[in-house]
Amino acid sequence: MKPFIVCEHADFGYENQDAVVDLSITIDPGDYLCIVGANGSGKSTLIKGLLGLLAPTAGTLIVAEELRRGGIGYLPQQTAAQRDFPATVSEVVLSGTLSRRGNRPFYSQEERRLARQSMERLGITELKKQCYRELSGGQQQRVLIARALCATEQMLILDEPITGLDPSAIQEFYRLIRKLNQRDGITIVMVSHDIRSIIGQANKILHMQQRALFFGPAADYAQSAAGKAFLES
Amino acid sequence: MKMLQEMLSYPFLVRALLGGILVSLCAALLGVSLVLKRYSMIGDGLSHLSFGALSIAVAVGWQPLAVSIPVVTLAAFFLLRLTENSKVKSDAAIAMISASALAIGIVVTSLTTGMTTDVSSYMFGSILAMSRQDVYLSAILSLIVLSLFVFCYNKIFAITFDENFARATGIRVGFYNSLIAVLTAVTIVLGMRMMGAMLISSLVIFPALTSMRLFKSFRSVILCSGILSVFCFCIGIVVSYRMSTPAGASIVLVNLAMYVFFILVQRGCRIHVHFRK
Repeated sequence: MKPFIVCEHADFGYENQDAVVDLSITIDPGDYLCIVGANGSGKSTLIKGLLGLLAPTAGTLIVAEELRRGGIGYLPQQTAAQRDFPATVSEVVLSGTLSRRGNRPFYSQEERRLARQSMERLGITELKKQCYRELSGGQQQRVLIARALCATEQMLILDEPITGLDPSAIQEFYRLIRKLNQRDGITIVMVSHDIRSIIGQANKILHMQQRALFFGPAADYAQSAAGKAFLES
Repeated sequence: MKMLQEMLSYPFLVRALLGGILVSLCAALLGVSLVLKRYSMIGDGLSHLSFGALSIAVAVGWQPLAVSIPVVTLAAFFLLRLTENSKVKSDAAIAMISASALAIGIVVTSLTTGMTTDVSSYMFGSILAMSRQDVYLSAILSLIVLSLFVFCYNKIFAITFDENFARATGIRVGFYNSLIAVLTAVTIVLGMRMMGAMLISSLVIFPALTSMRLFKSFRSVILCSGILSVFCFCIGIVVSYRMSTPAGASIVLVNLAMYVFFILVQRGCRIHVHFRK
């Protein structure tokens, strides 16, 4: 199968300052890639690049045609403003369908159906009328995933998704993501700090420190120099 | 009833009511987005800036609106950019700009015309300030704001809730943010002379904060803010007419009373739910 994303010797950054240097990675359909690294190691910049919000300043980034057409689902880091935002769950989920249409002002039946399906899939249909700010952290995360799934069936990019979740919600979250990856075949790209749990989840690991310190199968990561140093610290 | 008829027999009051209703509607709708994005202070900063621009325009003898609308619009762009780059903390930047603009305005007026009633009416508002031209401008403004909120409602929701996600789904976030900045600037310049530079920002923040107390969906918060804002404005004008208090201050106090009322209702609902359990 053709890879979804091929990145060759690519640099990404802002105003003459590259946060990501000489990065070469491949993301295949069905992958579960986890990106780890210290703060300021260029993870978020790379995510922007993958989403097409930032063009590479050098090298190439090739995104498969089907992915460009179908779109990428994105789960950004939560902002403080969202925590007390007055919006119902279905309003939030529906807003995920926006990428599918041009400039029509209102939601169509098709889009409403998609949002309903997406909520059912994540088991949040009963919360439909509830206010987003009154949900627990884990429930909020489900709502945001449902929104992202309205945008795509192919690939989800998650930026530090477990920040602020309690331990049991984190375990549930990992189960959910694995289910989406294995059962539904959705490609996952996740940025995380939680390296110890991630090794058992992902099939590929990218360890960044501006450059790629390690990129390869998750099974090999613990044996690599970068992995050893990181896991021991 | 008789009092209302009497009020409507004054052309200046009719103008004030018409213009004021339109401006408070725009301010409330834009305000929901601004408050939720943590830009509440922008209204305050822009109104003080508008005061500075107005005093200079009056001193030099130019058309006040022709000077203040472009200046305030530019400032709105600048302030939004600041929050995006955030090298200078934006709340500090707004405080700095608004105080400086106020100071410039005061110095300029005291050097030229002196602190006349005109200046005081800019500071605290005057019901006489709505001219025919202002009413036309308010009508155009509210037409634009309303169509923005009807036809681009979903995009505004997406941008307000989650700018990053909206950007990733291909919405032109920068364009909509700039549009909101420009519309806010015009709203503030138009409303300022009636409400007063010190008080106009309350028209932006109060309805949104009050509605958010009770309502749980974005749609209902938007609708409630619009209705509430117009309602408070009309009550405020009637109160001001009846008791001969300044219009701007009366409207702010009605808004405050409404806010307190909503808090009490919210408490009441909670207690009710508590006992039912």
